[in-house]
Amino acid sequence: MSSLPVTRIDARLAKLKAEGRAALVTFVTAGDPDADTSLAILKALPGAGADIIEFGMPFSDPMAEGPPIQAADIRALAAGQTMVKTLQQVRAFREGDDETPVVLMGYYNPIYIYGVERFLGDAKAAGVDGLIVVDLPPEEDEELCLPAIGAGISFIRLATPTSDDRRLPVLLRNSSGFVYYVSVLGVTGVKSAAAGDVAAAVGRIKAHTPLPVMVGFGVKTGEQAAAIAAHADGVVVGSALVNAVRDSLEDGKATAATVKAVTDLVADLAAGVRRGRA
Amino acid sequence: MSEATTPNSFRTGPDERGHFGIFGGRYVAETLMPLILELDRAYEAAKADPAFHAELKALNATYTGRPSPLYFAERLSAHLGGAKIYLKREELNHTGSHKINNCLGQILLARRMGKKRIIAETGAGQHGVASATVCARFGYPCEVYMGATDVERQKPNVFRMELLGASVHPVTAGNGTLKDAMNEALRDWVTNVETTYYMIGTAAGPHPYPAMVRDFQSVIGNETREQILAAEGRLPDLVVAAVGGGSNAIGIFHPFLDDPDVRIVGVEAGGHGMHVYNGHAASLNGGRPGVLHGNRTYLLQDDDGQILEGHSISAGLDYPGIGPEHSWLNDTGRVTYVPATDQEALDAFQTLTKVEGIIPALESAHAVAEAIKRAPKMGKDEIIVVNLSGRGDKDVFTVGKILGVDL
Repeated sequence: MSSLPVTRIDARLAKLKAEGRAALVTFVTAGDPDADTSLAILKALPGAGADIIEFGMPFSDPMAEGPPIQAADIRALAAGQTMVKTLQQVRAFREGDDETPVVLMGYYNPIYIYGVERFLGDAKAAGVDGLIVVDLPPEEDEELCLPAIGAGISFIRLATPTSDDRRLPVLLRNSSGFVYYVSVLGVTGVKSAAAGDVAAAVGRIKAHTPLPVMVGFGVKTGEQAAAIAAHADGVVVGSALVNAVRDSLEDGKATAATVKAVTDLVADLAAGVRRGRA
Repeated sequence: MSEATTPNSFRTGPDERGHFGIFGGRYVAETLMPLILELDRAYEAAKADPAFHAELKALNATYTGRPSPLYFAERLSAHLGGAKIYLKREELNHTGSHKINNCLGQILLARRMGKKRIIAETGAGQHGVASATVCARFGYPCEVYMGATDVERQKPNVFRMELLGASVHPVTAGNGTLKDAMNEALRDWVTNVETTYYMIGTAAGPHPYPAMVRDFQSVIGNETREQILAAEGRLPDLVVAAVGGGSNAIGIFHPFLDDPDVRIVGVEAGGHGMHVYNGHAASLNGGRPGVLHGNRTYLLQDDDGQILEGHSISAGLDYPGIGPEHSWLNDTGRVTYVPATDQEALDAFQTLTKVEGIIPALESAHAVAEAIKRAPKMGKDEIIVVNLSGRGDKDVFTVGKILGVDL
């Protein structure tokens, strides 16, 4: 495993490190609020300042998500989103952008039903760079993590406040790309962590791995992003972006303002990330 | 998806990682994993501790009222004109169902682990009531997540939980039934993992829950075995139980799994009928394997892996999954799983009430329905044991509504 090809994730993070700034990782749900608008949002994210894109695979039972992403999943599924469409959207995005890393994030069942081998083949072909699967801990690495690594797709693990020094080596064992530090106990989009706690946790994780550490959960504004960026390799924002989608809708439908609502917030967050280490 | 070989014993599972064949496992968010591993260690230690068993046994005897009787339903047997039907009277337990067996075991474990707060999910409210009861008995705060639809159709149980000091949180996500309640309980657990013990009510979820809940419920089958041997001098020909998540069923089945002459049948909720899309809650007869709520098991789902809500007249069976050990027993062929419709359960509910003077829970009425179908085709010297897992007082309003009686 010593001479892995340089992935889009590694290349992007190396570039940001050279620039001396943190990454902005943005999460939006695939198919929210509808397939066309979702693709337009996806295509607009890099220009607005997103460095890495997490693209959520909607699931009927997102057990670790708070109300904002639950609602986004419901909107996407109601609009007819499927795994096939999610992969098509990544493929369409790749036609215009061969550099911005795309990480699919979600739960295992839709992948399992699609078929692991078929999924990895189609995801790789579409231009997916990494996976975050919330309900696959290292105890179940044979399911998807090891096949994904074999297929050349990074498997990104969540570390949490409950990940102690005994647990961290286990969960980092087959991790690649970066580590996503979930900075609070809880579901997405509810609580926010204090910057001091984040700094300590990032230091603890870095003692166990050379991988960059991205920090998320509860980041809503450029100001918060700046505070986190001072202590981490990157900042993850999700619920605030899907709430921006929600707030732009009329009668549940996308409006002319929907894409801009997301890109405006991304621009604010990107500015925050850039001044975080100034 | 059937297994190629028949195991030497059906009673040795799961393996150390919680797998029954391809089923089971630990599919949970990383936040929960350290606690799940701690729970596994704590349960293994408790299992090896005679004092733990002694305390549980004493509580079972003096608090729950165990052993529950094995009752020969003489009039029902004569009415059907075939096999002798025995009822395992779990509905006579304190709190009115088998759920108390599991809750007492788990509260003792929570206390050993030093947890300060108990959460639970509930469908019909039977597990919620049993959880609230043991929390009152041991002085723990109790938060129960219950689908908003179920809160509406099981009002008496909601009030009972509140009387017992529990807080009941109606869950409006999804269809507001058991699946959604379980999602919300998991969200609470992720948020409060350091202080909180999650008292899962059925033999499902991440390892070690399926095995642990089965162990606590196996008191049903162990007693039944002794009681039928005392009454008849032999084992039954058929054991029948209703299956939602499957805790009462695995509890009575497990001690009989290695008795090849005992046929075992689990009865799923057939709802409006198996031909109605999303109109039933029969995971084994109408679903396929998938991963939800911490385990791989048969699930009601669409072609894209999205979970369906399912339907049953009985709030306790209205769940799109089933315990992983049942999935394995289904695929190995050791246990046969069949559906009973809402109407069949309703008819059985009324028959048992009128013929034996016993009002069964609508969940248990599904098992009674299967016995009613099978008994007439069996010989008079054959024996059926039905697990009467709960009493039907809570369902009187639901049944009244269907029968057009305004209570």
